[in-house]
Amino acid sequence: MMKRFVYINDDSSQNLYCDNRISNRKYTILNFLPKNLWEQFRRFMNQYFLLIACLQLWSLITPVNPASTWGPLIIIFAVSATKEAWDDYNRYLSDKQANEKEVWVVKDGIRKHIKAQDIHVGNIVWLRENDEVPCDLVLIGTSEPQGICYVETAALDGETDLKTRVLPSSCIGLTPEQLHKIKGVIECPNPDKDIRRFDSNMRLFPPFIDNDLCPLTIDNTLLQSCYLRNTEWACGVAVYTGNETKLGMSRGVPEPKLTAVDAMIDKLTGAIFLFQIVVVIVLGFAGNIWKDTEARKQWYAQYPEDGPWYELLVIPLRFELLCSIMIPISLKVSLDLVKSIYAKFIDWDEEMYDHETMTAPHAANTAISEDLGQVEYILTDKTGTLTENKMSFRRCCINGTFYGNESGDALKDVELLNAVINNVPDVIRFLTIMTICNTVVPVRSMSGNILYKAQSQDEDALVNAAARLHMVLISKNGNSLEINFNGKLIHYEILDTLEFTSERKRMSVVVKDSEDGKILLLSKGADEAILPLSYAGQQIRPFVDAVDQYAQLGLRTLCLGWRELKDDEYKDWSQAFKEARSTLVNREWKLDEVCQRLEHDLEVIGVTAVEDQLQDGVPETIETLRKAGINFWMLTGDKQKTAIQIALLCNFISSEPRGQLLFINGKTEDEVLRSLERVLLTMKITSSEPKDLAFVVDGWALEIILKQYRSVFTELAILSRTAICCRVTPSQKAQLVELLKSCDYRTLAIGDGGNDVRMIQNADIGVGISGREGLQAARAADYSIGKFRFLKRLILVHGRYSYNRTAFLSQYSFYKSLLICFIQIFFSFFSGVSGTSLFNSISLMAYNVFYTSVPVLTVVLDKDLTEKTVMQNPQILFYCQAGRLLNPSTFAGWFGRSLYHALVVFLITVHAYADEKSEMEQLSMVALSGCIWLQAFVVTIEMNSFTIFHHLAIWGNLLCFYGLNLMISAIPSAGLYTIMFRLCRQPSYWITLFLITVVGMGPVLALKYFRYTYRSSAINILQQAERSRVATFSIRDLDSQLKSIEKDVGSLASRNKFKSSVYEPLITDSPTATRRAVGPSAFDFLQPAQSRDDQNAGLLEIVCMLTE
Amino acid sequence: MNNSAAGTSSGSGDVSAPRRNSNRPKYSRFTQQELPACKPILTPRWVISVFTLIGVIFIPIGIAALRASTNVVEIVKRYDADCIPGNNTKAYKVAYIQDKNIDKTCNITLRVPKDMDPPIYVYYQLDNFYQNHRRYVKSRNDAQLKDRGKANDTSGCDPEDASNGSPIVPCGLIAWSLFNDTYNFSIGNQNLTVNKRGISWKSDRDHKFGNDVFPRNFQNGTLIGGASLDENTPLSQQEDLIVWMRTAALPTFRKSYGKIEQNLRENDTITVTIKNNYNTYSFSGKKKLVLSTSSWLGGKNDFIGITYLTIGGLCFFLAIAFTGVYLVKPRKLGDPSYLSWNRNPSGR
Repeated sequence: MMKRFVYINDDSSQNLYCDNRISNRKYTILNFLPKNLWEQFRRFMNQYFLLIACLQLWSLITPVNPASTWGPLIIIFAVSATKEAWDDYNRYLSDKQANEKEVWVVKDGIRKHIKAQDIHVGNIVWLRENDEVPCDLVLIGTSEPQGICYVETAALDGETDLKTRVLPSSCIGLTPEQLHKIKGVIECPNPDKDIRRFDSNMRLFPPFIDNDLCPLTIDNTLLQSCYLRNTEWACGVAVYTGNETKLGMSRGVPEPKLTAVDAMIDKLTGAIFLFQIVVVIVLGFAGNIWKDTEARKQWYAQYPEDGPWYELLVIPLRFELLCSIMIPISLKVSLDLVKSIYAKFIDWDEEMYDHETMTAPHAANTAISEDLGQVEYILTDKTGTLTENKMSFRRCCINGTFYGNESGDALKDVELLNAVINNVPDVIRFLTIMTICNTVVPVRSMSGNILYKAQSQDEDALVNAAARLHMVLISKNGNSLEINFNGKLIHYEILDTLEFTSERKRMSVVVKDSEDGKILLLSKGADEAILPLSYAGQQIRPFVDAVDQYAQLGLRTLCLGWRELKDDEYKDWSQAFKEARSTLVNREWKLDEVCQRLEHDLEVIGVTAVEDQLQDGVPETIETLRKAGINFWMLTGDKQKTAIQIALLCNFISSEPRGQLLFINGKTEDEVLRSLERVLLTMKITSSEPKDLAFVVDGWALEIILKQYRSVFTELAILSRTAICCRVTPSQKAQLVELLKSCDYRTLAIGDGGNDVRMIQNADIGVGISGREGLQAARAADYSIGKFRFLKRLILVHGRYSYNRTAFLSQYSFYKSLLICFIQIFFSFFSGVSGTSLFNSISLMAYNVFYTSVPVLTVVLDKDLTEKTVMQNPQILFYCQAGRLLNPSTFAGWFGRSLYHALVVFLITVHAYADEKSEMEQLSMVALSGCIWLQAFVVTIEMNSFTIFHHLAIWGNLLCFYGLNLMISAIPSAGLYTIMFRLCRQPSYWITLFLITVVGMGPVLALKYFRYTYRSSAINILQQAERSRVATFSIRDLDSQLKSIEKDVGSLASRNKFKSSVYEPLITDSPTATRRAVGPSAFDFLQPAQSRDDQNAGLLEIVCMLTE
Repeated sequence: MNNSAAGTSSGSGDVSAPRRNSNRPKYSRFTQQELPACKPILTPRWVISVFTLIGVIFIPIGIAALRASTNVVEIVKRYDADCIPGNNTKAYKVAYIQDKNIDKTCNITLRVPKDMDPPIYVYYQLDNFYQNHRRYVKSRNDAQLKDRGKANDTSGCDPEDASNGSPIVPCGLIAWSLFNDTYNFSIGNQNLTVNKRGISWKSDRDHKFGNDVFPRNFQNGTLIGGASLDENTPLSQQEDLIVWMRTAALPTFRKSYGKIEQNLRENDTITVTIKNNYNTYSFSGKKKLVLSTSSWLGGKNDFIGITYLTIGGLCFFLAIAFTGVYLVKPRKLGDPSYLSWNRNPSGR
């Protein structure tokens, strides 16, 4: 293992490691251009466009001025380079600010003010209250006599509570003067990004003789970016500096997430690319043949008899350049732009503003809003996500006596109050454990009140409850602890703390009663972590019953136990513990082992039950999203019973007889497998009945399943709409996400705590709830919201609109590019297949960059249905989930439309401007005007709502087109000189345009009307319902109709022999894509268990029928 | 003491409250996506009236356009075959047209079908002539045409950029292949004057072709293309060239030859003496002589009129069809009973 040795206050060794200069910059001024260009050119699209642009420099083959590609290409590159540069400049500014901050550092025994960037490893840094920690320090001195200090770690892990940091034992009691001269060595691992571990040792040199290696943990450190609070001063030795700090190391660039829509657009781009190649090859051949048979006779073209060797390539390459506009160069820019607007709409949304915690929603990832509309699985944490994570102590069971059962609040239970007053020993012991066995820090506020700073809400609830029962934790200074019990002060000395880990699921403290000197081990933890440790012969039955009973009520339980330790037993153990704590390798594991040696033969004394209330609107949200065809899995670290209770409370599962829970459990592989297969079989058999089936699996069985029976479980996962996974670890959560993703489902993970971070990062979409467990999850997430109920709006409103808008924008971009490209292709048949461009360079460039890009951007304001309608009819999300608005068949529609429009524009222009009017510039401008008019009307007809911006953009754009071209027509040197003036004066120009518009749009309008009225999709019907006056009535009516969908769908499913002719491309691509696309497993679970393929075919049809 | 404990956890919230409060989104109708919007839907009434309206507008325009077109009197005479003696092979024709020593004068007669009022435009029409060919259309240099000082600028003119080592003005294939048939009109024995002034665009004469740029070294090469130019006339007055250099976008095109500014009576017989110089035989192109009056829509072109009438009719038809369907099968908009799953109650 690589280690680093830090010599404290030793200037000679300081150059071994980097200084404290922080650099978050990606670029320097010198490497910006090459590096940025390199990054941009790693994308295929950019390479393609660059190739085209370079080919255009070859004047023999270029049909247009190279500027028509170079211009947009440079603009696109400049825009993204500017954005990068701006971001990098801001990073530079903030780095500079941090680097030049003045800090106190000991140099040559004197405290000096230096810039933060000049700190070296081994320097002693002094901090004052509210100072930011400039680098990772090992604490060696504080102003507090108990050797502690408080830090706020919000910038590091997002947790807002104060944390206690303690001096290493060998540094306690050193005066500031001594600290100036201190020498020593710290042996620590090489920099890493684990902010929860710092396994190292410190040895001080004479005169601070302490031969012991003093173990250091994360509790002895002050990490960069934390703030010193409630402590006058503190000082520490710099161990990691600059970009090697824990914060610096954990800073990483997250993998960019690709949405399903992006993937589809890439696929379509690929298809268009192939189409383009085919066109180029065909036209290239035709061109060469025409050239050899016809063009050589055209004496005026003076074709040389023998061309250069590349002559055969010239015409195909010309067509390649002509057709390069098929792939819209502006698409990427437009998409980036609208996506960032979607994200802004989320940030701005007032209705998702949480007034209680005053948190606004935030979209940290601006690129994946469409995916929100295509979610099929939601994996949710329970505590803090579905519930408030605001714990209140409700009941307890002390040695078999239940308190709080009548009133529902133990604190008001007279019996308990009496027991406290009467000093019933068990009750007192129980309260003592509640008060002491925790990591809560009491802080006396200005007014003299005691505030508790707790990292765990459960502990906070227990300490507060104990205080209400007259046992008040007053202070915790280093190792001494004070309790006020009924006015009597009791002192304890904390000897050791056996910390809570999610593997151990318990924590213990070893304390010494100052009065009688007894050493006690106090433990609390989950029932399965405590009850097995009870001494032989203890009746644990009452506690098991109590835990069961409380869990039935959805309460969180903790078992409390204790044991008296003999002095020598403790001494032996303490030695082992110390050793374990100072190991550098596998410290955690060794600590576990040592802890287990002490925690046995406990006397279990009682069970506490803490209530965690459901958040507002959780059941409604789950019901709505369920109706929208989204499946829910609950992944919780909590107990099975509690999880099931909460699941029932929030509509997650239905109670018998409508719902049925299938349990997968077992301790051995065989048991688990048998149980799993039984559940799968039941699931298949009963799936024909309309019954809410859900399976329940616990962490233990899940571990075995994920290792051994992945495929069976995957099959089960596909069949099941609902699952409850309890007692799962963070990594299992992430594995479950991976499993669903591998079946090609769009997954959304939502959670609030540090244990959800991995799941959130792994899912297609991660949503964090900025909750009481800190902001860790919210920081890692793509979206952060204040409450679970906002998820409904996030998906149904923002996700759905984003999907619809992007679907239109992307297809439209292809449409307009294809339109102009088809006209060029048609023209080539009239120009001897020689690759002449009908349009001039300026027009082509402006067409792509301005005329057709601007109006369509108003799609970001388009709403097909009002938010209210969508909320009332969540089923409409099917359209997005199944990708009904953007798939090869809708794309084929747009393709056909562009072909038709190109034909219309070209044929009408050619006939109306024949003979003596067939002058090139004039004819090309007529054709271009036709395209512009058509696209304005196409945008108009495809938009659903018109705001002032729509009118401005669509009609303003048309005016701009004329304005710009009139301006160009006034420049004598321009090719267009006087053309636009001439055209505008000709009645035949306007008559031709009118004709093009009507012939182009008439069929589109008629078809759309026919479909809208006689082949209405559900969206159309809702639009009509919404806009007719009887809206409220019929929507409610419709709602009930939509509710019955599941039944009808079921019956339709049985008729799946009639093959629907509607092509549902997403579905037929691959078997996995099938499941993905169908997603709404309302169908899945109603479907009789036939073979998967049949089922898919059936589902395909249902979806088609529903959405036709 | 109890109170102290009860008032615990509010402490941390207060500190961060003002910071978070600034996160609160500012309300505006734009940020909330609540801008007032009109949401038209395709109601039958709306759609039917749109189609009716289009029909109502289209049919009169169609009639007017068709009338304009039929009022135009047009005489089109193909002469490329008639002006070659005998019915010979293509090779013979090409050899004939390329032989400088043969006098290629040829006479044709035109009969005026209807009275024609001046101005009567004289056009020549070429078929199967690709002025828009990639090799051809770019073979020119606009700077050279405009600016006397840029005579040496012959970029893009290859292969007609220079001959005998000095640049050609005007250079390029387009100028080199200038149309060189000439027409002389007479009625009876009386000459019909053709005004060749003002047939090109004024903007071209003023701004595209310099009045101090004279042809130089033109048609001096080994290959002779089309017409020669008078070296003493500036380009801005060489109107045939200016017209020719406005390349046509289609392989069939007409170009102005001149204007006849006198009345032609019905059944007048016009004799045209043609110098049939231009070679269209090698690529089987046709040459036609066109005399035409014009209307507000331009020359004779039935396309617009007929299309307008057809489309207008179709729109009426659609409007009637939609009305019919609407009356026969009325549908209440937004009626949930039309949801597709409600229309298919079978399968039970």
